[in-house]
Amino acid sequence: MSKVVGTSVKRKEDSRLLTGNGRYSDDIVLPGMLHATVVRSTSAHAKIKKIHVEEALNHPNVVAVYTGKDLEGKVGPVPTSWYVPGCNLKEPPQYPLAIDRVRYVGDGVALVIADDRYAVKDAAELIEVEYEELPAVVGQKEAMKEDAPLLHDDIENNIALQWKAGEIPEGVMENAEVVVKESFYVQRVFPSPIEPRAAVAQYNPGSGELTLWCSSQNPHIHRMVLAEVLGISEAKFQVIAPDIGGGFGGKIGVYPDEALVAFASREIGKPVKWIEERSEHYTAANAGRDEIIEVELAGKKDGTLEAIHVKNTANLGAYLSTMGAGVSTIDFGMMITGTYDIPYAACETTGVYTNTTPTDAYRGAGKPESTYQIERIVDLFAREVGMDPVELRKKNFVKKEAFPYQNAQGLLYDSGDYEKPLNKALETLNYEELRKEQERKRKEGKLMGIGFSTYVEMCGFGPSEVVGAVGFQGGTWENSTVRVHPSGKVTVFCGTSPHGQGHDTTFSQVVADKLGIPIEDIEFVFSDTKSVSMGWGTYGSRSTAVGGAAVSFAADRVVEKAKKIAAHELEVAEEDVEFENGTFSVKGVPGKERAFKDIAHSANMAWNLPEGMEPSLEAQYFFKPENFVFPFGTHVAVVEVDKDTGEIDLQRYVCVDDVGTVINPLTAEGQVHGGVAQGVGQALWEGAVYNDNGQLVSGTLMDYTLPKARFFPTIESDFTETPSPVNPLGAKGVGEVGTTASIAAAMNAVVDALSVYGVTDVEMPLTPEKVWKVIQEKEGNQ
Amino acid sequence: MAVEKRNVSVTANGQACSAEVEPRKLLVHYLRDDLGLTGTHVGCDTSQCGACTVMVDGDIVKSCTTLAVQADGSEITTVEGLGTANDLHPMQQSFWEEHGLQCGYCTPGVMIAALGLLKENPNPTEEEIREGLEGVICRCTGYQFIISAIQKAATIIQESGIDLNSQQLVGEGTHNE
Repeated sequence: MSKVVGTSVKRKEDSRLLTGNGRYSDDIVLPGMLHATVVRSTSAHAKIKKIHVEEALNHPNVVAVYTGKDLEGKVGPVPTSWYVPGCNLKEPPQYPLAIDRVRYVGDGVALVIADDRYAVKDAAELIEVEYEELPAVVGQKEAMKEDAPLLHDDIENNIALQWKAGEIPEGVMENAEVVVKESFYVQRVFPSPIEPRAAVAQYNPGSGELTLWCSSQNPHIHRMVLAEVLGISEAKFQVIAPDIGGGFGGKIGVYPDEALVAFASREIGKPVKWIEERSEHYTAANAGRDEIIEVELAGKKDGTLEAIHVKNTANLGAYLSTMGAGVSTIDFGMMITGTYDIPYAACETTGVYTNTTPTDAYRGAGKPESTYQIERIVDLFAREVGMDPVELRKKNFVKKEAFPYQNAQGLLYDSGDYEKPLNKALETLNYEELRKEQERKRKEGKLMGIGFSTYVEMCGFGPSEVVGAVGFQGGTWENSTVRVHPSGKVTVFCGTSPHGQGHDTTFSQVVADKLGIPIEDIEFVFSDTKSVSMGWGTYGSRSTAVGGAAVSFAADRVVEKAKKIAAHELEVAEEDVEFENGTFSVKGVPGKERAFKDIAHSANMAWNLPEGMEPSLEAQYFFKPENFVFPFGTHVAVVEVDKDTGEIDLQRYVCVDDVGTVINPLTAEGQVHGGVAQGVGQALWEGAVYNDNGQLVSGTLMDYTLPKARFFPTIESDFTETPSPVNPLGAKGVGEVGTTASIAAAMNAVVDALSVYGVTDVEMPLTPEKVWKVIQEKEGNQ
Repeated sequence: MAVEKRNVSVTANGQACSAEVEPRKLLVHYLRDDLGLTGTHVGCDTSQCGACTVMVDGDIVKSCTTLAVQADGSEITTVEGLGTANDLHPMQQSFWEEHGLQCGYCTPGVMIAALGLLKENPNPTEEEIREGLEGVICRCTGYQFIISAIQKAATIIQESGIDLNSQQLVGEGTHNE
């Protein structure tokens, strides 16, 4: 049987998804099930004077109505899960329902439970909340001003955290031959899974057991945090993530709403379902980014980079979300030097509370922002010293001989060869010819631009000691059990929690090669805290590098035991037994063999095992990686900007990613495409907009532009493979690379096109109106 | 507050179905909650995302912004009517082979929308497919493999002579290549 790792196996999960047999949260129907809806604040900042619930309670379908006061003593505040140390972090309590004050449009004020999906919405309309309006503040810079309204009375200047990492010796910036400065705004965007959030809770009043199905990327984290919030034993609390309609970081967070649904089921003793609406999702589910990044890059006239200083002012929203403190500090600040050998770096991050929905991880979480600032400023530096941006990048790349390489912020990049994907991309582009074409077009008055992003990112969370040292409230190791049934069929359990990535398939490929059995003989169990002993979920491009590695190790343990049994049955020493393609054979003795399934049967029957051996064939492995993994690559966008309309025509998109060993080229490429669409989406189309009063004016898909098929050219995607030494698969992580790389590639292309006007930045998203205004202004000045 | 319910009878995927519903009930909830056809999903409530796309009397319809009573007496095709796991419709088969789905949430609506497109234009170019997918949003795939899948399905459908204009898309036994 030939090996399947490295081949484009068709996905195992698809037959149910393609035939309408997926089971998403809203597909769960339980006897006597009630429906929940959350009444949300329509004001960005106000005191709650009174909540009139009587009319709603009189609605014939209504079972219960709860306000924040009703929950006191029954449900605690929902805590953050990332206490970044050394930054004077201030965490205000976030109660599941606001008690006396609302702090953003979307803040929950009441929970309504009824026996009908439509009636519960009717009843919610009957609730009247009397507010005493308070002044609101939306922008992070404004919120830090002396006269800004305070969100939390005891948090001065609304400053949640002040974090620093790295130091630049005195004189380096001051005496540099060239210093390039720019301020970038990486705007607020919505992760926007097409399935909004959802939760179904079922409490058993007899046993005291609680089951929660919820649209989560990390059910074990949900269980850990919500057990505390609800005051229930983890041993009596099962969290299941059923099929999930996309996450992109937006379903990492443990939310008040999930606690509310669980609370209501426990209180009433019946199952309760809550399905979020789209507009509700955009006010109440965590948003991403919203960081103002001021960069200074110092170096020599010959293009040598010497130091980078970055200030990030991050809008955290009204409360501290699950990963809220870590995104703009650890995730962002440790990677600010990117792929370049820059000796000195310093990052200062200020996190600020504002009257907006909290921000949290969104695909890449800090890494796209970090990549964005370095890739944008490197381009501007190249322009300043008169070098081609490719030449400047090559000159400053960490050289392949330097790996493992410690960057200026102390991270150890595992492996890399940054020129390899860049050269491959240049070849695909026919780069020299492309620059000539650009020259020709410029002479014709056309605005063509070529934008590069040669990124590296920190993935595979992660080494437990390190994540612990930076305050993350989780272990981030991973767990897998490989269970071999008497027939030789296999069930594998793993603690990661896929929601579209295709781990059923890719992880099965790993097991199939290890055990020499067909993929069809392998079934995976993820995302159920009762079946999977422990795990940390799917985010940070960690699943294959950490979870896949745990699966690989557990399968090794199964083979190890099976080999002992085979040797015993074949009456030879263990060293004389070979295992290949699912068959145990004796070296040099043809025909003397046992199939894997024979041993599976023997192990489970235990009629004749080696003395002292435990029955069954099952092994578990807990894998704690020693380091993160660092995928890298080159993304290039080619655009033409219409002078008359400001419209951007994305003509080509070329990417070469190095994500270590590729398990399944088809699904890996799918991840890259999706990531690129989201990153380019941020650069060109997407943007959350609040007005000055804190009202979200981009709160539906009529007002918020998600990219459509016609927005893109064919993405020309390719890979190079530089294995990671951190795990036995050599895998690095592919889920986030597309997004991390592409924001800067698209922006650099447009700024390159507009460089004829001396433009160094245009605020994202690059709507035709904004671009047109810039062109008009510059043309007018000429 | 009791509202008089109305009977809505449809032929869903070839089966006669009927339920008493409130006049305000959306078609998507009638399909999901009353008929148990949960393959059709709700993504945005405002008819942008197209996860709820179904075929009503051969036309492509967003079932989240259609009332169930409007569909009374109609023939409806949902994803459940295309093919089964062992006998996939060429559209499903092509989505599988070309990796046209990741989380799978938008997929049923996208496949139905794609069938509507192929009914109008049996042999579309890449650009025509991109334009033709205006009514659906996929957040996972970046669309590229969806487009490959639709191109492949178009070829199979043409070569095997399947008539997309016949109401009956179900169980033709010719689905597999």
